[in-house]
Amino acid sequence: MNGTPRRRGWEGITDRPAWAFWILAGPFFAGLVVFGHLPLLWSIYLSFFEARNTVTPTEFVGLANYARMLTSRAFLDSLLTFTLFALFVVPLTFALSLGLALLLHRARRARPLFRTACFLPAACSYVVAALVWRLTIFNGLPSGLANTVIGHFGAAPIAWLAVTDPPWYWPVLVSLRLWLQVGFYALIFLAGLQRIPHSLYEAAYVDGASPGWTTFRHITLPQLRATSIAVLLLNLIAAYQAFDEFYNLLGADGTYPPYARPPLVYLYYTALGSGQDLGRGSAGAVILALLIAAVTLVQGRLLGIGRGPR
Amino acid sequence: MSAAGRFAGRVPRVTVGAVVLYATLTLVALLFLLPYLLILRNALSTDADITSPGWSPLPRELDWGGFAALFSGRDPLMATGLRNSAVVAVLQTAGRLLVCSAAGYALARVPYRHAGKLVLVVLATLMIPAAVTFVPTFVVVSSLGWVSSWRGLIVPGLFSAFTAFLFRQYFLAFPRELEDAARVDGLGYWGTYWRVVLPNSLPFLAAIGLISFVESWNSFLWPLVIAQDASMWTVQVVLSTHLTAQTADLQGLFASAAVSVAPLVLVFVLLQRHIVYGATEAGIRR
Repeated sequence: MNGTPRRRGWEGITDRPAWAFWILAGPFFAGLVVFGHLPLLWSIYLSFFEARNTVTPTEFVGLANYARMLTSRAFLDSLLTFTLFALFVVPLTFALSLGLALLLHRARRARPLFRTACFLPAACSYVVAALVWRLTIFNGLPSGLANTVIGHFGAAPIAWLAVTDPPWYWPVLVSLRLWLQVGFYALIFLAGLQRIPHSLYEAAYVDGASPGWTTFRHITLPQLRATSIAVLLLNLIAAYQAFDEFYNLLGADGTYPPYARPPLVYLYYTALGSGQDLGRGSAGAVILALLIAAVTLVQGRLLGIGRGPR
Repeated sequence: MSAAGRFAGRVPRVTVGAVVLYATLTLVALLFLLPYLLILRNALSTDADITSPGWSPLPRELDWGGFAALFSGRDPLMATGLRNSAVVAVLQTAGRLLVCSAAGYALARVPYRHAGKLVLVVLATLMIPAAVTFVPTFVVVSSLGWVSSWRGLIVPGLFSAFTAFLFRQYFLAFPRELEDAARVDGLGYWGTYWRVVLPNSLPFLAAIGLISFVESWNSFLWPLVIAQDASMWTVQVVLSTHLTAQTADLQGLFASAAVSVAPLVLVFVLLQRHIVYGATEAGIRR
């Protein structure tokens, strides 16, 4: 084609666009269908059946599973738990990582050193972080790190994860996620800051603006718009899928307390725990998938994703 | 630090602002490193010292018993878990790079008439993160008979729509001249991809590979669901089992945690540049 030399054998076959396309992309799309699309379709199917302990159910129940999920106190509570978690985590992560990025951006010397230190928590798994948080920082003993610190201010030791009123487990959950992800988002902000042209600031100084809040508000923040939206939504979607730290901080011996169950923890125990109710679990998965698709659609709108490289 | 500071030239001046800046950064850095220090401290302290009243930042007395026990095989689950995690993370990363880079190249460069529609399929799949559908995925994988198997642990993670999309975006910006030269030399699309494009994309492959490895090594929910037989547990599942059962010895647990996290910390320190590149690409392109 197009006057290029004729190829023989393998090179000839892989020169025909349709063949070449499916040789290159076939394995990926086959896998995507089997492990991505088929599960979703199957779960839509399962969600209309009574499916306890089976994946090939026979008893059609219509929308009953959905009705049960949407009126289930436990499921709605899990959405509430996620909302509460996101309300703490998302704004705090945003503010702290932007602040950290501004500091790193100003540090001319030893920046790589500080950058490494801030980024290092991202190497840690949520399981290991939960281990540290649960067994040594917030272990509830008077000798635990958190209790030692508040002890210096004269406060009595707190049993952290074991207290539900007031819910002291929340600072434990939130601080863990902040530690793990603030540095990562700070680096994304730092990359955004480094792309802002210097000339913008210089022009502002020539016009008499003083560095500080004014230039931050009128130059830095608007220039970071795309990065900010990306950080907010990445963060929101990540919080939506929170499972590891909840399971490992609050779970004990295969059980989990009835409170503070985010959606995935709730689904885990409904579908794969003692209930093995795959019909209801599937209905829950479909509802969650729809919710998250709605969020991502908004993200796509805001960012114009898929319009090719920027 | 101000405009004056920025344009002051080469003579370094110590200002109050700079002192505050570096003091704050040092404090933050120490705070970020603290949990790692705690893992090491506890791994090198006896259980009695870990829980004894009065907090101390360093081990009261160095005790290597935790690491010794780990490597002498007193906790066979942990040794198996580390091995399983290594196998899964290496194979999953290699497989994902291969499968997704090939798909990304096809989507970016092969003039197939349905390619545009298939890009939309990938984008639509991106909207629903795999973790949300773990129950249905478990249903499919278990009906293939893959529960507690290498296949079950590794294969479902190979087909990341996100990774394929990143590769497509990267290949769209790949210099066309190199490919044209390869095609004039008689290579088909496969040959161009395999012999010219991939070898010239090593930094990008390294960046995506590292992120993929970390994700795979640290993943918890899927291994927890699919590896029902203890012999197939990854290190995260073993750690979690000990943690939630509240039975294991503290020192041993922290020694295991240290060993499980050490390779990644090392990789992060040594290859920081690649990881930051990959992470910011991934974060911004997403």
